[in-house]
Amino acid sequence: MPNLPRKKVGLISCSGEELAEGTVTRRAVRKVLESLRPEDTVTLCLPLFLAGGEGERAFARHYPTIAVDGCEKRCAALATEKYSAKPAAAIVVSGIGKETGCTVIGTARRLNESGIRLAEAVARRIVEETDRLLKKPRAKSSSEEIG
Amino acid sequence: MKRKIPVVPCSGIGKSLGAAAREAAYVLAEDLRPDKTNIVALSLLVLGDEDARREVAGGAAIAIDGCKLECAAKGLACSGAAKVHKVAVFDVVRRHRGLKPEGVCDLNEDGLRLARATADEAAKIVDDIDAEVGHA
Repeated sequence: MPNLPRKKVGLISCSGEELAEGTVTRRAVRKVLESLRPEDTVTLCLPLFLAGGEGERAFARHYPTIAVDGCEKRCAALATEKYSAKPAAAIVVSGIGKETGCTVIGTARRLNESGIRLAEAVARRIVEETDRLLKKPRAKSSSEEIG
Repeated sequence: MKRKIPVVPCSGIGKSLGAAAREAAYVLAEDLRPDKTNIVALSLLVLGDEDARREVAGGAAIAIDGCKLECAAKGLACSGAAKVHKVAVFDVVRRHRGLKPEGVCDLNEDGLRLARATADEAAKIVDDIDAEVGHA
């Protein structure tokens, strides 16, 4: 049996430095990468698409990606599509903020408690999309996993 | 009104030096030179957002990069900045050898010190640009 590379999902956060929602995208993506789905995900650096990161572009052409954007400008989703391939899933933090009631979330430099909660909600959404893309059984309830 | 100097940190999400670059931009624009600098999101420049490009086009700008790929500097150059002043966290950390930055979302104390040292270097650049413009 050949040793095939494990299928992973690439996570691309907008990281928008001007908005607290951009900081939420970073925290959510790191949460998934470090503790929720470390075996199933990698992060891709959005600016590397522009700077000529061939590794990032190639990954996004051949593997599924999830774009995580802070606002409706959707820089991560649109830039990924522009430089590589359309993301398999796209998440916008501001939308989840409205759904969860986490709308006053601190600043781009320092999230408040509501911002941290929002990041956890976004992380849960990323996990759902990751599992869907990898055709994994449905995840446990989000509160169980986030702990 | 005098134009604020755009500051673009790298958006590196994989390493502590990228996080230090981001934090340094906040230290510079919020604590050290709030009246003279303004953070512009690199993701907007990557996408080609017109408003962001207008902010950086034709003037001096400061890129704060975490690694040698220099995404922020390249992003600024591609977006029409007339002069890109580079601040490299990977060089700053060499000048502060005792620092061992760790963490991405939550930098440790050394990471925060590195960010402050980086911001101090950037602040000097701001003052130089300011003096140059003032004498022009």
